Amino acid sequence: MTHLIDIFVRAIFVNNMILAYFLGMCSFLALSKKVDTAFGLGLAVVFVLGITTPLNNLIFNGLLRENAALLPAGVDLSFLNFLCFIAVIASTVQLVEMLLDRFFPPLYNSLGIFLPLITVNCSILGGSLFMVERDYNFAESAAFGFGSGMGFFLAIVALAGIRHKLRYSNIPPGLRGLGITFILTGLMALGFQTFSSVSLQVP
Amino acid sequence: MAKNPKDIVLDPLSDNNPITVQMLGICSALAVTAQMNTAVIMSIAVILVLVGSNTIISLMRNHIPGKIRMIVEMVVIATLVITVDQLLKAFAFEASKQLSVFVGLIITNCIVMGRAEAFAMQNPPKEAFFDGLGNGLGYSAILIIVAAFREFLGAGALFGFQVLPESYPGNGLMVIAPGAFVVIGLIIWLQRTVTKKYEEA
Repeated sequence: MTHLIDIFVRAIFVNNMILAYFLGMCSFLALSKKVDTAFGLGLAVVFVLGITTPLNNLIFNGLLRENAALLPAGVDLSFLNFLCFIAVIASTVQLVEMLLDRFFPPLYNSLGIFLPLITVNCSILGGSLFMVERDYNFAESAAFGFGSGMGFFLAIVALAGIRHKLRYSNIPPGLRGLGITFILTGLMALGFQTFSSVSLQVP
Repeated sequence: MAKNPKDIVLDPLSDNNPITVQMLGICSALAVTAQMNTAVIMSIAVILVLVGSNTIISLMRNHIPGKIRMIVEMVVIATLVITVDQLLKAFAFEASKQLSVFVGLIITNCIVMGRAEAFAMQNPPKEAFFDGLGNGLGYSAILIIVAAFREFLGAGALFGFQVLPESYPGNGLMVIAPGAFVVIGLIIWLQRTVTKKYEEA
């Protein structure tokens, strides 16, 4: 259990998707102008990463890898992983969208336009690829996916808060917009580096 | 929109650079720039995928139904990325280990998708080919500049060869993630000051 909590906490603070791996930067930069939209996108990412990473784990271990459970011996389909993962992600997003629309309309309305955008968010595919590379099992990949989502959520809401304050500051013209956002993200990443020795594992 | 091939190739290098102006493909741009070697290999991979996907999608543009165009584009891109990944594994195994998940992430790299949507769907194959080449080169230019800064200041080396004297202690900040953000922020500042194209707010 401690092991799973450790993966979860490290995914939020130490291996933060944005600040340590630069994944999901595009939507991170484009949608962090307002706290509301950042909040919506953050929630949607937590949701989708939390679902797709364990789901892709099942598919990878059941169908794709060498000696997978459902394959005849000696067949290795792992080269198809990108194609399968992206298809799973796209269809999960579609499915989640329809389910939310049917059963939780308020949540659907608040996530609204962000759900489709998530398909092309690098952090979602990144989550699945890291899962393969680090050889997580089902429970570990669930903890990792959920934790990475929380990390993204935390970072984008924090950046949106800072950018909101920034409107009243006098920035050199060339640095306005994208430039200053990058430097701010750099400073945030530097702050998050202080968590790098966090570990719940008893040595 | 520039029409002759030379303009199509040159425009994305500075005035319409995919990373610093269009804000596309930043995700993978930063992660692979701690060393020159990985940056160059990543650039080549992205140029190959971008040129390939632009040309193929442009060839098919009259046959793709509007409603499912995203899926078709995704499949074309994913197939190309798998090919590049397998090639890297076969001929440059060390490098593909270092790039780890980032080769796969070319699929969700917004540049590839963005250019397919914005350019290849409306233009004939020849223009699309040059557009892919230009955007790939623009992306590579930023990648290589950032990598040069980071490797030079971080380890005093270029392409793994020691350039500064051994006594250079190395700047740890440049090697870790925050260094990349700051370097690219400064490059954007410089570029905008030179081209005088400022952003509102």
